[in-house]
Amino acid sequence: MPLDATPEPPALEVEGLTVRFRKRDEQEVCAVNGVGFSLARGKVMTILGESGSGKSVSLKAVMGLLPGFAKVEGQVRMAGRDILSLPPAELAKLRGSKVSMIFQEPMSAMDPVYTIGDQIAETIIQHEGTDRATAMARAKRLLERVSIPSAARRLKNYPHEMSGGMRQRAMIALALACDPLVLLADEPTTALDVTVQIQILMLLRELQAELGMAVVFVTHDVGVAAEISDQIAVMYAGRFVETGTLRGVMRDPQHPYTRGLLSSTVHGGMRKTLLRTIPGNPPSLAALPEGCHFRPRCAEAVAGCQREPPVVRGETGTMVRCLHAVAAEAAVPA
Amino acid sequence: MSAALLPVPPVDPRDRGGPAQPLLSVTDLRKHFPVYGGLLNRRVATVQAVDDVSFTIAKGETLGVVGESGCGKSTTARLVMHLIRPDAGSIVFDGEEVGSQAGLSVAEMRRQMQMVFQDSYSSLNPRLTMVDSIAYAPRMHGLPARQAVARSEQLLAQVGLNPALFARRYPHELSGGQRQRVNIARALALEPRLVILDEAVSALDKSVEAQVLNLLAELKARLNLTYLFISHDLNVVEYISDRVLVMYLGRVVEAGPVEEIYGRPRHPYTRALLASKPTLDPDRRTTVLPLSGDPPNPINPPSGCRFRTRCRFAQPACAEMLPPLLPPVDAAPGDAQHLVACILPEAQMNAEPRHAA
Repeated sequence: MPLDATPEPPALEVEGLTVRFRKRDEQEVCAVNGVGFSLARGKVMTILGESGSGKSVSLKAVMGLLPGFAKVEGQVRMAGRDILSLPPAELAKLRGSKVSMIFQEPMSAMDPVYTIGDQIAETIIQHEGTDRATAMARAKRLLERVSIPSAARRLKNYPHEMSGGMRQRAMIALALACDPLVLLADEPTTALDVTVQIQILMLLRELQAELGMAVVFVTHDVGVAAEISDQIAVMYAGRFVETGTLRGVMRDPQHPYTRGLLSSTVHGGMRKTLLRTIPGNPPSLAALPEGCHFRPRCAEAVAGCQREPPVVRGETGTMVRCLHAVAAEAAVPA
Repeated sequence: MSAALLPVPPVDPRDRGGPAQPLLSVTDLRKHFPVYGGLLNRRVATVQAVDDVSFTIAKGETLGVVGESGCGKSTTARLVMHLIRPDAGSIVFDGEEVGSQAGLSVAEMRRQMQMVFQDSYSSLNPRLTMVDSIAYAPRMHGLPARQAVARSEQLLAQVGLNPALFARRYPHELSGGQRQRVNIARALALEPRLVILDEAVSALDKSVEAQVLNLLAELKARLNLTYLFISHDLNVVEYISDRVLVMYLGRVVEAGPVEEIYGRPRHPYTRALLASKPTLDPDRRTTVLPLSGDPPNPINPPSGCRFRTRCRFAQPACAEMLPPLLPPVDAAPGDAQHLVACILPEAQMNAEPRHAA
């Protein structure tokens, strides 16, 4: 269901994305289970979830970066074109040009034996076939665009010669080298200090508005989500349990997990009060509870939750996967 | 369980100086790490990790320490525990100087002061079961094995883990939150009076972090504990602390009651730090960059005020002297609760732009 009724196809459309892993002698694990969303150009969607909820795996599946033993099903369409069924060589052409990704740890995402300038120029030469001098000149402009001071000198730096915030900026420059339509961001600010984190968030917000990219941003931090997103998808145990606009989800969360997550997020107003927490731990994907996966931790669970929870959709692309949402909807006459 | 319903704990027989005497008093603590290099591997630079840090913690109080990475928060904790030997400075625990001839030996001090680290997995011995890990220190300090195990099981129950299920498990069989509960139980095994929590909840998922914060509050009330709580998470520090210490490049730049620090921050760095905190309100996003650049390298920090290179109020005078930690310019006379290390009255008074309305 498109969120914006524009005639052009959404920048990124994902339908029924499912990722299963199977290692030798082990039972199959379903890390991502039927994830679907649609994202228009110029919009930011945040996937909010705890560790092991499948948020990073979803991104890697969209990018086609999962190892061969991962079984990926579903459809990923970029500007209307199905990309999961593309042959590997075709997909490689898209990666780094139409869709790029930034990671939590730039030190491990970049090649330590090439300079920043070489790495950016390589991407440009590979995808656009320009000569090296042109590519280097563009790399310099990119570094300036992400506010790296003395860009010409920084082009000759190796990743280890830069500070954490600077490396993250360089990685953003690398990701933007070929003007991508879709940017996938996997916790890019989690390892940074709070003063640097806000710089990177503001930079991403600025670049995204200027270049009109669709951004899928993965984080576990509600505050970061509030700073960057237009839409939110809350993920739990491989599924989206609630999606909606940022304001809608933050102000009036519908799913009990979303409510629990928001009330577990500590802020100053809660000083010295007992926190309302979600009991227990996130489940192991190898032993998911029947029916609603959140049921064992849910204070509102009833017998009906042992069956597959219904998916209740609202008008503006909102979705809640909870039995209680049906009752709530029935109570309010449409 | 609500803390308010619990009976007031009786006076601790180990309490020597009474409630007015600080439990921990640290004066001019210093640690400079040499950096060797060059042709002859000579000392080429110094990391001033902790420089003249002084603070006190009252009995039953929670002192929060915040700052960016590399500001010396964790080194301070390690120095207090004597996990690293301080270069200078004194540590006085309930009136007794630690490490001096007449005072408290380091071993005795560690009975009363324990620490919980960030990485719950690497701080447990992978080859010891939970019950053995917790019983280890009491046994080292002379408790018979059977009693140590019984005590260890009691502690597991106290941190919310069923001993019947968890006592015989190994660290890899537990989740991060459960392991951190075991680390807390282990820290409590010697009945310490002060617990140092060094980023103890930082690696946990939000839902689990909230559970552990509740547990810490409950244990503190029940066991009459005092906490030194170190974290980079400004929200968590505001939630848990009574007083807060703000550190920058190895020095304390501001200290005071949590309401003062968060409500009326005086040091330009504290203001920028607090303004960098992501908002939880979608309509009040940060629009003005609070601080540019990364924290500078603690090797050879700038002269004078160490924050001056990133401070928008900086003046030539800031380069000349280290600003002393004093009450703010408009403080009531004799009010030494709130301290700030900044010599410029206008920098102390002018509010930083915060979030867009």
